[in-house]
Amino acid sequence: MSSETDFTLAIEDLTVSFDGFKAVDGLNLYIDRNELRVVIGPNGAGKTTVLDLICGKTKATGGSIKFKNKELTTLSEHQIVRAGVGRKFQTPSIYENLSVYENLEISYPANRGVWGCLAFKRTAEIDQRIREIAAEIFLQDALDMEAGLLSHGQKQWLEIGMLLIQDPELLMLDEPVAGMSVKEREQTAELLNRICKGRSVVVIEHDMEFVKNIAHKVTVLHQGKILAEGSMDKVQNDPKVIEVYLGH
Amino acid sequence: MNAIYKNVLGGKQGAIGLALLAALIFLVLPMFLDIFRLNLVGKYLTYAFAAVSLVMLWGYGGILSLGQGVFFGLGGYCMAMFLKLEASSPENTAIQSTPGIPDFMDWNQLTQIPWFWEPFNSFGFTLFAVIAVPGLLAYIIGVAMFKRRVGGVYFSIITQAVAAILTILIVGQQGLTGGINGITDLKTLHGWDIRTDSAKLFLYYLNGALLIGVILLSRFILSSKLGRLMLAMRDKEDRVRFSGYDVSNFKIFMFCTAAAISAIGGAMFTLQVGFMSPSFVGIVPSIEMVIFAAVGGRMSLIGAVYGALIVNYGKTVFSETFPELWLFLMGGLFIAVVMFFPNGLAGLYEKHGKPALGKLIARLRKPPPLEPMGNVDVTPVREAA
Repeated sequence: MSSETDFTLAIEDLTVSFDGFKAVDGLNLYIDRNELRVVIGPNGAGKTTVLDLICGKTKATGGSIKFKNKELTTLSEHQIVRAGVGRKFQTPSIYENLSVYENLEISYPANRGVWGCLAFKRTAEIDQRIREIAAEIFLQDALDMEAGLLSHGQKQWLEIGMLLIQDPELLMLDEPVAGMSVKEREQTAELLNRICKGRSVVVIEHDMEFVKNIAHKVTVLHQGKILAEGSMDKVQNDPKVIEVYLGH
Repeated sequence: MNAIYKNVLGGKQGAIGLALLAALIFLVLPMFLDIFRLNLVGKYLTYAFAAVSLVMLWGYGGILSLGQGVFFGLGGYCMAMFLKLEASSPENTAIQSTPGIPDFMDWNQLTQIPWFWEPFNSFGFTLFAVIAVPGLLAYIIGVAMFKRRVGGVYFSIITQAVAAILTILIVGQQGLTGGINGITDLKTLHGWDIRTDSAKLFLYYLNGALLIGVILLSRFILSSKLGRLMLAMRDKEDRVRFSGYDVSNFKIFMFCTAAAISAIGGAMFTLQVGFMSPSFVGIVPSIEMVIFAAVGGRMSLIGAVYGALIVNYGKTVFSETFPELWLFLMGGLFIAVVMFFPNGLAGLYEKHGKPALGKLIARLRKPPPLEPMGNVDVTPVREAA
């Protein structure tokens, strides 16, 4: 049904229903190479479900998700990750009882089989890459700290770092600034603007100030369907969007 | 060399803990116990294999198997089948209606050795089977469960069901397995009488050496990236999946490794005790093994050995005096461990013993006395959040 495209991510006619309730309903969404797309929408619009579908956490009822023309709906989670898709969850999902260094080391994309793990050695190259990423996510001084002791904002950054170390071509972030202070938000916006170079990024966010700061293009979801799509200005002045989301 | 020291021995403290355990097993106990009691300790130490395997699987991996007795038992049965065939030579069984087959088969009107017994005429095959049979069963269960993401309490219940099923199977197929009595009257291994004192002493030392070897192997696995991944999985399984790992493969590997380790214990049990029966396969022994690990400390490989020794010693003492009360006491002990000292003896040592010992050393400025309870695995105790 769907053809070859130039898009990094091409979602066509995607549908998922939970006991008859269509959380995502015939969705079409195209993400360009090197694009940073923000998805907004009221609660229950299906934003997180779309990310779940892309990364394989939820299986689609119908439709297709193509990443660089490779069908994702039939792959399992770890295969999708290995294909080059990274996902950050809404609540920071890190290994609390390992150090920051170990968190990044486990995320490093090498030796991911059982025997590979037994034979794994910390090489200078891996060590250097871990330190590079740590510097990028403002955690270079916390490498030996147990991840559970980080502040909420730092945990969010660590999870972003765990994705960055895999160098994914598509990065999906679910509410990356939730629970962050104003200063942390600014740092995160700067971080996102830096890391979106050379890859496509999809961000779900409620904070409109933050969205204005980073978005190239905004998609508004409502009841599992696309309500509006375009630049921030265009979307903000769309009467339908104001009606269901921004107006309240 | 340095890496071996750090990863396999667990650094200075790990090496000391292991040295103290080795000294206890190889020197102190043989010095003070007669051969009967030493043989008893050897039996307890075979349970320590299962306890060590549970530290890896449950403590680090968060996978609670309530069926380690299955693998312990299968390892023991493989060994027992070989010994039984050797003990059933035509000369030894001349009074049977069919000489040359195990006695219980004769009682059950079997006239020839069943096909699956045949390979156990070879000692080489038997050694292979001791690891491979339980390993294969663990692999099948592991694939069926973990690929379908059955985990947590459901997995535990299923392992318990497997233990129950295997017991019923063994008891029901009396002609093939020896039934409820098990496989008894084991005599020689390649003509070497395993019932003599010198054989018992040799087997005790072999058992101790294998146990130390298994602990070293476990340390190696846990100190590799796989060990850190197990901790990560216990904490955030989804995140591991979304870091590109196939979680089920790792669980299957750990489950099979734990099965193989328990099976070595089972085979050594058969050799030292001289028989194998379904009472070491079922639900109760499987849960007892979990208690050994819990009492010793489920995050401590060496603690698990002490747990197995102490609980079994207690069991021997108490069950002689109050046979009916023992199971209640065991249950109470498990509840007490879970509620009051979740990290077991190793946790108590980390919390109270180590600081006190440190003070003592500082005061006396000389090494502490050899204290069997005092040495505990140094792997940092990491609590689940």
